[in-house]
Amino acid sequence: MNMIQAINSAMDVMMDRDSTVVVMGEDVGFFGGVFRATAGLQKKYGKNRVFDTPITECGIIGVAVGMGAYGLRPVPEIQFADYIYPALDQLVSEAARLRYRSAGEFIAPMTVRSPFGGGIFGGQTHSQSPEGIFTHVSGIKTVIPSTPYDAKGLLIAAIEDNDPTIFFEPKRIYNGPFDGHYDTPARNWGGHRDAQVPSGYYKVELGKARTVRAGEALTILCYGTMVHVVEETVTMTGVDAEIIDLRTLVPLDIEAIEASVKKTGRCLIVHEATRTSGFGAELLALVQERCFYHLEAPIERVTGFDTPYPHSLEWAYFPGPVRIREAINKILKD
Amino acid sequence: MSDSKQIGAESSPEARRNLPPLSLHVPEPKFRPGDTADFAHFEIPPAGSTPRPDEAAAAGDMRDLAYGLVRVLDDEGQAVGPWDPKLPAETLLKILRAMALTRAFDERMFRAQRQGKTSFYMKSTGEEAVSVGAALALQRDDMCFPSYRQQGILLARDWPMIDMMNQIYSNKGDRLKGRQLPIMYSAREAGFFSISGNLTTQYPQAVGWAMASAARGDTRIAATWCGEGSTAEGDFHSACTFASVYRAPVIMNVVNNQWAISSFSGFAGAEATTFAARAVGYGIAGLRIDGNDALAVYAATRWAADRARSNGGPTLIEHFTYRAEGHSTSDDPGQYRSADEGSHWPLGDPIARLKTHCIALGIWDEERHAAMDVELATQVRDAAREAEKNGILGHGLHHHRMETMFEQVFEDMPWHLEEQRDQMLREAKAAGL
Ligand SMILES: Cc1ncc(C[n+]2csc(CCOP(=O)(O)OP(=O)(O)O)c2C)c(N)n1
Repeated sequence: MNMIQAINSAMDVMMDRDSTVVVMGEDVGFFGGVFRATAGLQKKYGKNRVFDTPITECGIIGVAVGMGAYGLRPVPEIQFADYIYPALDQLVSEAARLRYRSAGEFIAPMTVRSPFGGGIFGGQTHSQSPEGIFTHVSGIKTVIPSTPYDAKGLLIAAIEDNDPTIFFEPKRIYNGPFDGHYDTPARNWGGHRDAQVPSGYYKVELGKARTVRAGEALTILCYGTMVHVVEETVTMTGVDAEIIDLRTLVPLDIEAIEASVKKTGRCLIVHEATRTSGFGAELLALVQERCFYHLEAPIERVTGFDTPYPHSLEWAYFPGPVRIREAINKILKD
Repeated sequence: MSDSKQIGAESSPEARRNLPPLSLHVPEPKFRPGDTADFAHFEIPPAGSTPRPDEAAAAGDMRDLAYGLVRVLDDEGQAVGPWDPKLPAETLLKILRAMALTRAFDERMFRAQRQGKTSFYMKSTGEEAVSVGAALALQRDDMCFPSYRQQGILLARDWPMIDMMNQIYSNKGDRLKGRQLPIMYSAREAGFFSISGNLTTQYPQAVGWAMASAARGDTRIAATWCGEGSTAEGDFHSACTFASVYRAPVIMNVVNNQWAISSFSGFAGAEATTFAARAVGYGIAGLRIDGNDALAVYAATRWAADRARSNGGPTLIEHFTYRAEGHSTSDDPGQYRSADEGSHWPLGDPIARLKTHCIALGIWDEERHAAMDVELATQVRDAAREAEKNGILGHGLHHHRMETMFEQVFEDMPWHLEEQRDQMLREAKAAGL
């Protein structure tokens, strides 16, 4: 399965198991979503459970909060993560705090799916990575898969979870892994070890990172599309890096991070999102706080730049193999 | 050189042809402090004059109602016209009592704030009919998504006052563990959704709840309330779109009490049209009613509830009323509005009007009313004393355990919150707490 099929399968499995799961969003019903992630679901489960919505993100999330309070498990789709901002207040002030402020009387057990990230010539409004905004909010979980297997298992876990969850789907790797080489032909998921996706129910627990590759020379923390770019760079350079795919940013698998950095003594953090106040800053602080005496070199960050996503200069912006390799060399120098 | 150009100051001569200058209209209320209020400009139709369409009528066939004013009680206290809900004496007295209780509760809690027992309070004086009339016209298991001025719903639903007061005092009896600003109640059992301090967020949530109820083939409906000032929020319009599109079984109440803190209703668009008329553009049934007339509120709510329950879709009700007191304990309305506005308000006081009606019917009298007021004041006082035994705000001794601060952020506590909790407890121990 490719990642879209895996995501579709996760919703299918969950809708079949639990009649309170409903899917909603712009174009998700009859058409099955602009990326086809919800294809076939309306036909199978009916319009009461899979429906198109008006184009009002604030309305979609506000309505999902009410549905959650009623006792349903909404899985709203925000068509592109760039359009989550109009819904921000409903997510930050309402969904994220409902359990806390009502002392458990009401909950908003929703999973907000949204394609994010760049590398598809989406320009400023179809490329952003806003995960750092949500990790800063108390009461909301942030999940980002990097393979079809994880996408399905994590999405099932998120839908079953009773907390509101943001599920960001790296759209650059919907159809196949991307190694950062934009000038070579696109690949598909066929034959990839993590594209063997069981058709039935299984879960990938939230809050557990995945060791993509074990190594001794340095630890690279990454998630989403960057996992593949990092893996390719490491293979190319032949460096013995340990690659950790975080999978969920909140809750974060601090044990895996700490164990790895203490072992390797060096750490690189890679994400697509802009640098300043990005999630990388949080990771850097955590590693510094917990592993300082084990560190043999300064921690480095490779990120997007602090500019809006530039359309024509997309590949100059994208944190690709060149930038990552340079950072690895810098870390290994001392 | 900067690549941005200033528009205006240096616009080209062609752009400044012989045109009269444009002017910006900034609304201004009719009366400011020192002015004598006069509401003669309001069009107030006689009670009983507004037709009552069938609950199943098409929204488009009843546009006039969005611009009119449904009134049942006339100046003599008679219930007249097609909207008279013809309630039995028992129900009338129940409404009267719940409104009087709401006022007594407000009085006591306002004073408690002034006495330093809590940080904040908001009265609903003059608007008691809006919440009480609606609450009693709904089924008890219909879900209400209120704003902060509908404490009357809880009181009409016989929710324990002590529970509300514990919340106001943020004491150890507060089910919300002292996490919310006073008056931001949550009472799931009473069909009362957790109140948010962010205006109008409850609007789409109510629509979502109603949609869920419809999708599940339930029979319960939802109702929500916001102030007229809050209708300017995007959430209001998102909610109207959703409600209209899916014909959600929801009642959307706009409480037009003329003021949003110091901003008069003109800043939400009242100079151009009514708030009920917002419904017209969405194809929703819109009713504008006398919000100081408990029978009009009851009748309109019942009409809208029947419509919703029979899959006729949503109704938007504008309750035309007046905020008789300050916005909150932090507000001094004397700074921005005419002092005698309230006494000139042409629709009177909702409790006095229903009382007159009940007396005219021969089911009530002044003596019984006076006795009831004393009884309610005593009831509220006793409840307050009980609640105060659980502590008052800032007292320090009667709060929830400190570690509750970290509970219920998530269903299960993640490591970083555990670490922060442990740190707080260490600090407290070191400080000898
Ligand atoms: C989103 C948001 N903006 C601003 C405020 C501050 N605020 C609290 S009440 C209020 C006025 C609301 O007026 P209205 O909706 O007419 O209701 P009323 O208080 O008259 O009942 C404002 C501006 C807020 N709570 N939330």
